[in-house]
Order: sequence, then structure tokens, then C-alpha cells
Amino acid sequence: MTHSASKIGAVLLALGTPALIVVVWAVVSSAQLFPPSLFPHPWDVARGVWVELRSGRLVNDAIASLFRVSAGFLLAVILGVPAGLILGHSAGARAAFLPLVNFFRSLSPLAWIPFAILWLGIGDPPAIFLIFMSAFFPIVVSTTAAVAGIPSVFFRVARDLGIRGPELLSAVTLPAIAPQVITTLRVAAGLSWLVVVAAEMIAGRDGLGFAVWDARNGLRIDLLAAAMLVIGVIGAALDRLLVQLTRIPSVRWGYDR
Amino acid sequence: MSVPLLRLEGVTVTFDGVAVLDGIDLDVRDGEFVALVGPSGCGKTTLLNVCSGWLPPSAGNVHRPGRLRMVFQQDGLFPWLTVAENILLGLRQVPDRGQRRQRADALLDLIGLREFAGTYPHQLSGGMRQRVELARALAGETPLLLMDEPFSSLDYLARLKMRWELARILRQQPRTVILVTHDIEEAAQLADRVLVLSERPARVSDEVVLDMPRPRDPTHPTVVNAVHRILSVLGLEATVDRGTALTPTVATAPGRDT
Repeated sequence: MTHSASKIGAVLLALGTPALIVVVWAVVSSAQLFPPSLFPHPWDVARGVWVELRSGRLVNDAIASLFRVSAGFLLAVILGVPAGLILGHSAGARAAFLPLVNFFRSLSPLAWIPFAILWLGIGDPPAIFLIFMSAFFPIVVSTTAAVAGIPSVFFRVARDLGIRGPELLSAVTLPAIAPQVITTLRVAAGLSWLVVVAAEMIAGRDGLGFAVWDARNGLRIDLLAAAMLVIGVIGAALDRLLVQLTRIPSVRWGYDR
Repeated sequence: MSVPLLRLEGVTVTFDGVAVLDGIDLDVRDGEFVALVGPSGCGKTTLLNVCSGWLPPSAGNVHRPGRLRMVFQQDGLFPWLTVAENILLGLRQVPDRGQRRQRADALLDLIGLREFAGTYPHQLSGGMRQRVELARALAGETPLLLMDEPFSSLDYLARLKMRWELARILRQQPRTVILVTHDIEEAAQLADRVLVLSERPARVSDEVVLDMPRPRDPTHPTVVNAVHRILSVLGLEATVDRGTALTPTVATAPGRDT
């Protein structure tokens, strides 16, 4: 009873603080402390969201951005996790590739924007490339560390039990690294969502990043703020979605310590 | 006497030129419980790893049964599997699924954790986890069980309890056991034979035979006498007078007595 009561309280607080900020924002805006051409009223922003939603533009932009993030992110997972498995198991591979991986990981994916445009033009391909570049290297590094950190006792037990070959991967290695990899996926997905906006601002003809840039060019600060609002909401929702992975019973051990 | 289940002949192990084991001979008979004790870092675990086949000896011969199972110090359970799933994994050699289930249930009953079948290891106490480890190792139905300080991560009372548990479980499911431990009392309470290893490079410096059924009380004269003798072999006790061994003797550092 007390538990559910505190849960309701938490929800109220979570809704209450943003509501309070909107109220303060509305008051500041109505008082015209800043020129209205530089500081939009929340009401105008809300109307902007509504109009853009009804015209379908905002939905199309969101879909375009989500598609790019999904494609680049999935590509990074599909290639990055196996690469991390190889690096984690082989000291030789680590010696050969880890400095390279760390170099690219330290290189801001935004620095790739000019090359992305030169090589891949405008639209989906450069954005997907940039998202891949931002997600791939953190995934490789973290998977490598996770594999290298698996307690050797697990492999000894596996040997005793007669687990070997491909089964060792599915029965020991993958479940042993799952909690750490899930955490990395959350971080990498968040990074991808940051990068897609920048990519679309420069190399896009649609997408939420392009919506931001387009609104700025048209001096429509209401639409600018509306696009920002949608970007933040979708980003937070993506993370909530990935958090669900941590609720899988067989990975709880990695978080419940 | 029957053929030994495990035989080590002149086993020597060197790591980077440093001798860890120096010509160890060991015969373990079927059904015997052998404990290996010695100062920490003397190579007890190395010796056990040679017995298990995990570590090949630098010199000497090892004859071991084809299959054996090891119980580890702690956290050898797969944390991503429930108690029942861990035990079922130990029953891999049983081809029939229904039979696996049945035996897993029987093992859960044996260790008294039936109601924790669906629980994950990190939700259990250390003693409960060790019982599950034991059950998983027993599930292999191998003649030989190797135990590497299985209770060392438990507190003293839990350790005492686990010794009773192990004695009880071995009565129901007899096995040949080699136990590595730094806990001399544990060795004296459980083993038929205690091998005392010397400082590195390890040699067998004494062999204490305890001819007494398990379970044994830690305060039983046979156990206490064995503890006294092992302590004195390790140089942790000045004198042992077998006649007065029951009265507490004050331990003095070796070489200090005049």
C-alpha cells in the first residue's frame, strides 16, 4: 500500500517538475522579459507542434530520423558486438586493433560530416554512416572489456560440464557479458540520437535535425522549439524502451549487486 | 587394496623457473576423502589444478578418472541461470529431459532448497550458493569430486554448518573427494586423510590419518589431536604432547622456545 502510494508520488513529481518549468517559462514569456522574436511562448510552441503534427511534417521528420538511427545503430551492433567478442578473446587482436579503435572512438563523429557528404551525398546514407561511426567504437570497446573481464571460473565450470565450441558462446560468453552490453547499447543509442540531429542539420533534406535548421532559417522560433521538444521526448522514450532490456530476469544479476 | 582412483607420480610444477610443486606422490583410493592443507601460497590449488587436468605438470605423471567435477571457492554458479537451471546444466550427461527434471528435483531436496528452484544465485546467501554448487557438481555423477576451498568465503558458523551438510550429503551420495583448504579444523573434521604441504616448493611434509566416521564434532579428541599435530607440523605450535593435547597449549612462534 505504502509502496504503491510512493509510486504514485514519484509519478506526480516526475510530471510536476516539467509542468512547473512550463509555468515559469509561460510567466517569463508573458512578462516579455526577452523580445518575443528570441523567446517563444509555450503556447506558440504547443500550437507549432500541433500544426506540424497535423500537416504530417513532424511525423515524417521523426520517422526519417528514427529510421536513420535504427539503421546506423543496428549496423553498429551487428558488427560491433562480434568485433568486441574477437578482441576480448584474443590478446593479439587487442594489440593489433585496440589503439585504432581508441583513436576512432576519440574522434568526434561530427568531424566526419564533410567526408560523409563528399562520399555519400545528402539524405539517408551520410546520416546512417555518421550514426554508425558514433555507435560502433563504443560498442566494440565495451564488448571487448566485458569479454576480457569474464571470470575464468565460468570457463572452468563450462569445461567440467562439457560445454565447448559454439555452445560456449551461447551458454557462457554472451550471457556473461549481456548486462554490460545492454548498458553500452543504451549509451550508444543515446549518442546516435544526438548525432542524427547534427547530421541532418547539415546533410539532410528531412528529419528532425533538418526541421531545427529549417525553422531557424525561416526565423520560426516556435517551430524551432517544437522540434527540440519532440527530439527530447523521443530520445527519452528510446532510452525507456532500451531500459526494458535490463528487466529480463537472466540479466538482473548484473544490476542488482 | 583396490587400484587408486587418482594417482600422482613425482608431479613437479614450475612457473617461470619457480618451482611450485616438487615431486608430489599421491594415491587416492576409491571412496576416500583426502584433504590438502598448507600455508597460503604453498601450491595447494596448483596441486588441485593438476589433479583436475586444468594444469599439465612440468614433470611427473597423473592418472585420473575420465570424468570429474570441481567445486570452486565462490561464484562458480552461472549468475544468469536460476538454481534449478544451474543444477540442470550439471545433469547434461543425462539424455532424457524428464529424467533430468526428476534428478534435479531430488538434488534440490537433498540440499533442502526446493523452494528456491526459481531463484537466481545473487538472491541467495553464501551458504545456499555453496550448497547449489555442491548439488551441481554431484549432478555429474562422477566418481571424483575436487573442492577448492569451497567454504572459505563463508563465516565461521555457516562453515560449521556446511561441514555437517557435506558429511550428510556424502553419506547419501558417496564420492571420492579431494578437498583443498586452509582451514585445518575443517580438514580434520571431514577427511579420512590429511596431507600437510610444506612451504613452496610444496612437498608432503606429513600425512595424518583419521579413522573415525563422519560427522565428527570439531571438539572430538580425534579431531583436536589431528589439529594439534597439523599445527605443529606447520610450525605454528611449539610442542605436542599427545597425552595432554586436550588441554589448551599456548602457541609460540617456532624457534622462540628456550
